[in-house]
Amino acid sequence: MSDPALLALNLAEARAGLARKAFSARELATTYNDAVAEAKPLNAYITPTPERALAMADAADQRLVRGEALPLDGIPIAVKDLFCTKEVLTTAGSHILEGFHPPYESTVTDKLWRAGAVMLGKANLDEFAMGSSSTTSWYGPVENPWRRPGDNRPLVAGGSSGGSAAAVAAHAALAATGTDTGGSIRQPASFCGIVGLKPTYGRCSRWGVVAFASSLDHPGPIGRTVRDVAIMLGAMAGHDPKDSTSAPVPVTDFEKALTGDIRGLRVGIPKEYRVDEMPREIEALWQRGVEWLRLAGAEPVDISLPMTKYALPTYYIIALAEASSNLARYDGVRFGLRVEGDGLEEMYELTRAAGFGAEVRRRVLIGTYVLSAGYYDAYYLKAQRVRALIARDFAATFEQVDCILTPTAPSAAFTIGEKTDDPIAMYLNDVFTVPANLAGVPAISIPAGLSDDGLPLGLQITGRAFDEETVLRVAGILENAASFRHLPSFLAGAGG
Amino acid sequence: MIEGRTREWETVIGLEVHAQVISKAKLFSGAATDFGAEPNTEVSPVDAGFPGMLPVLNRFCVEQAVKTGLGLSAEINLNSVFERKNYFYPDLPAGYQISQYQQPLVGYGRVSLDMPDGTTREIGVTRLHLEQDAGKSLHDQHPTLTHLDLNRAGVALMEIVSEPDLRSAEEAGIYLRKLRSILRYLDTCDGNMEEGSLRCDCNVSVRRPGEPLGTRCEIKNLNSIRYVMQAIEYEARRQIEILEEGGRVEQQTRLFDSGRGITRPMRSKEEPHDYRYFPDPDLLPLVLDPAWVERLRGELPERPDAKKARFVSDYGLSDDDAGVLVAEKETALYFERVAQRRDPKVAANWVMGDLFGVLNRLGVGLDQSPVAAEQLGAMIDLIADGTISGRLAKDVFAEMVASGADAAAIVEAKGLRQVTDATVIEAAIDAVFAAQADKVAEFRAGRDKLYGFFVGQIMRATQGKANPALVNQLLNKKLAG
Amino acid sequence: MALDKATVAHIAALARIRLSEAELEPLTNELSRILSWVEQLNEVDTTGVVPMASAAAASLPMRDDAVSDGGCRDAILGNAPRAARGFFTVPKVVE
Repeated sequence: MSDPALLALNLAEARAGLARKAFSARELATTYNDAVAEAKPLNAYITPTPERALAMADAADQRLVRGEALPLDGIPIAVKDLFCTKEVLTTAGSHILEGFHPPYESTVTDKLWRAGAVMLGKANLDEFAMGSSSTTSWYGPVENPWRRPGDNRPLVAGGSSGGSAAAVAAHAALAATGTDTGGSIRQPASFCGIVGLKPTYGRCSRWGVVAFASSLDHPGPIGRTVRDVAIMLGAMAGHDPKDSTSAPVPVTDFEKALTGDIRGLRVGIPKEYRVDEMPREIEALWQRGVEWLRLAGAEPVDISLPMTKYALPTYYIIALAEASSNLARYDGVRFGLRVEGDGLEEMYELTRAAGFGAEVRRRVLIGTYVLSAGYYDAYYLKAQRVRALIARDFAATFEQVDCILTPTAPSAAFTIGEKTDDPIAMYLNDVFTVPANLAGVPAISIPAGLSDDGLPLGLQITGRAFDEETVLRVAGILENAASFRHLPSFLAGAGG
Repeated sequence: MIEGRTREWETVIGLEVHAQVISKAKLFSGAATDFGAEPNTEVSPVDAGFPGMLPVLNRFCVEQAVKTGLGLSAEINLNSVFERKNYFYPDLPAGYQISQYQQPLVGYGRVSLDMPDGTTREIGVTRLHLEQDAGKSLHDQHPTLTHLDLNRAGVALMEIVSEPDLRSAEEAGIYLRKLRSILRYLDTCDGNMEEGSLRCDCNVSVRRPGEPLGTRCEIKNLNSIRYVMQAIEYEARRQIEILEEGGRVEQQTRLFDSGRGITRPMRSKEEPHDYRYFPDPDLLPLVLDPAWVERLRGELPERPDAKKARFVSDYGLSDDDAGVLVAEKETALYFERVAQRRDPKVAANWVMGDLFGVLNRLGVGLDQSPVAAEQLGAMIDLIADGTISGRLAKDVFAEMVASGADAAAIVEAKGLRQVTDATVIEAAIDAVFAAQADKVAEFRAGRDKLYGFFVGQIMRATQGKANPALVNQLLNKKLAG
Repeated sequence: MALDKATVAHIAALARIRLSEAELEPLTNELSRILSWVEQLNEVDTTGVVPMASAAAASLPMRDDAVSDGGCRDAILGNAPRAARGFFTVPKVVE
């Protein structure tokens, strides 16, 4: 099988190919290693691990030969560099974790390796997962494999899981892990024309994932199709006693949820998501989505989520407060960068000033401020109350409908450098994704169409807590209906 | 009250005690808690604040804290919250300590102090909460570097805060001793101040009686009860002197310099800490099952106050003696074993007198006593049944300490059986009278003082084994003629 | 809420991040803008609403009191910028 054809197989297809012995895990890994190298201009990877990938592929081959295949045996994936991988450089995209080789493996990646998956490398991201462009990494920005036709300017891959999304979209990984705190799986998936799922809070363990905002961080899968993402979720999910916020909920066979039947399902269309300056093309795509679901037998229902507009400021107060505390451990004492100065206090201050990028610094300062004496009630406690109202909105809504359909992002991918000077403009990228993080409910983005300038646009399905099955099923319908077959300008193996 | 130059001053003291919880593993991680291990060998990546690490609460530590709360007759809060206390210090790896702030596990309680004058004083306990201990910074290993050992980081601590009800250094000492005793009774903390498993910070202020509370200073770095008392004495006088000269007491944190017996301000310029407390988002609120709490209440061992009352009522001991015997759980246990089916006062005297004397001399605790409770009891039986005299028992006891043998064996081996044969004693008396005829005459003439001389002679003649009561009886008879 | 430079300097000190004088002004403006933006939450009536601390599904789980970790000094010290004889080392703290 020639390279581009092999690379073009999605996860489910590759899994079948391995089972059929159409090719070996080693061949697959070798091809993907080459793809990773080829995709270097995208800067989707910080640390490729080709040797490790081959060793893992060989182990998978042995099991495949014996007929004892594990669920993901031989499947090459990218790991967002926020997941601690034992003895493999883990940076969180930050200078402050320079040289950090964790002596432990995150629960989620450990589960993936035990399922037989193969590690291609650590994917680039926004520093400490803080961003929606993947341009704040110490290791340089990620480029979206998509470009506007006839326009040479590199575009953002979205963030913070931009490296993961770009790799998958560029066929330089079959699937990837990401984390979603305010939209960081769904928005890059939307910008890169692929599928990204933020599961229910607590579905996937946070143990070993570098923490950004503990009550909002959701590890989750990124893949090319809804089925691929369902398969990945099955391997990544599960209760972890080492994570006190991990949900004691059994893992079902998420693939089985893809029945293709949504007759009688009620789909909510929230009026508050029709924001000012909503691009006409996104509004049109959203309408098309409604039609697709109606044709499949679902019942669209107009709903109201009144607290929607307050979700972003609520998110930013809570996330930044938690982050300011979570990032206090980066102090030059026990791991990572240390900048010596005149005494201990200088060491702290210089290390953190040199180690944190501008966005991280902004967020840590605001987080520190909103928790500081005199402001806790006005900001943090207030935000937690509004959060309760947002969750209440969803709970009430899910008594009327089974899922909610909205666009994923208010725009397609923008040019690298555009918008990044204005923090608030950047924060607005997350306006449709953030509410699901606050309420902890599952949400998925699937590529549904192209913008006027030829870039992918995503539609988002949000569901009840722990009802990933419905979310995946509806997404599967949308995926079929949308029939999104467009490919990015850069594709590994395509020689361009 | 302290006499100042111009007026009387009242000292107001509140104590904040940090008690290390007895448990195998730490409060939020599975690392061990043993004292004295090689540096950084009892550290989990969770304790070391590594990226991605998360806390998981140790159920037994919660149990220990609840038991302690019950032992302090305190309210147990079925709903409590763990909060992060954020500050930077090298021995605090995550840059925050997981503690409890607005909703602690245990609420208001009290400790009864047995004052020297026989009265009882109740000292309020404001709260008790669970928190992580920090690691250890060693500043003396190197001229320019501080060395960090994180073994202690994450060990469970109970912070026990007293109301500012204490009024003197002496009271503070009694309170600490009582608190330590309760903790040791409950086996929730070993109370060892030298090893740092019990630490005390004190808040001291002074005021003229009847006036509102004065500005207080916090004194840290106190690792013995003696130092606590010395620090309070010094600090109170320091503040009084300032106020009497018309100055103001500055609120500050001070350290106790045990070498010079003074308190001094901390050298680093200290900003008031802004700890930015907020509920730890890696944990959920702690909700306790009331039935579980009640079960713990039922399983509590008898505490010092109750035990003391029982010793007084059941054994007829004095308040003071009972107090001494119940101060340590092990002592009370030893005493009760000795006192079983014996005269409790005799048992108490032997335990508090001779046994304690021996333990002090040997410099060991009761757990290393050369004489077991059963052995002491058996010896007391030999006195009670007349086998040996009380006087000779002292010698027997000394031999038991030296050799570890039982009393009965020693009495046989050394032929120390008491002589109770009247004939033998009469013969001895006759022999003494024969040898000391002139003294007999003197006695009969009125020199009563010679009585003791005759007793001594008779005892010598019988190698001290004559039964004293019988000697008196027969001697009196013979002297009378 | 408009922050002043002194406040920002104080926050930076609390967060142990060194800021140069040149950075202070633009950062103050940025932070002020962001804080003003989040203050729109004041429009929301939250009387009587219990703050939502977490989206987690369960009550706080607890672990057994067993030694299951630690005893891995090399792993703990392996990433240390400076270590000596089994200790982490940092510039000396004066007390």
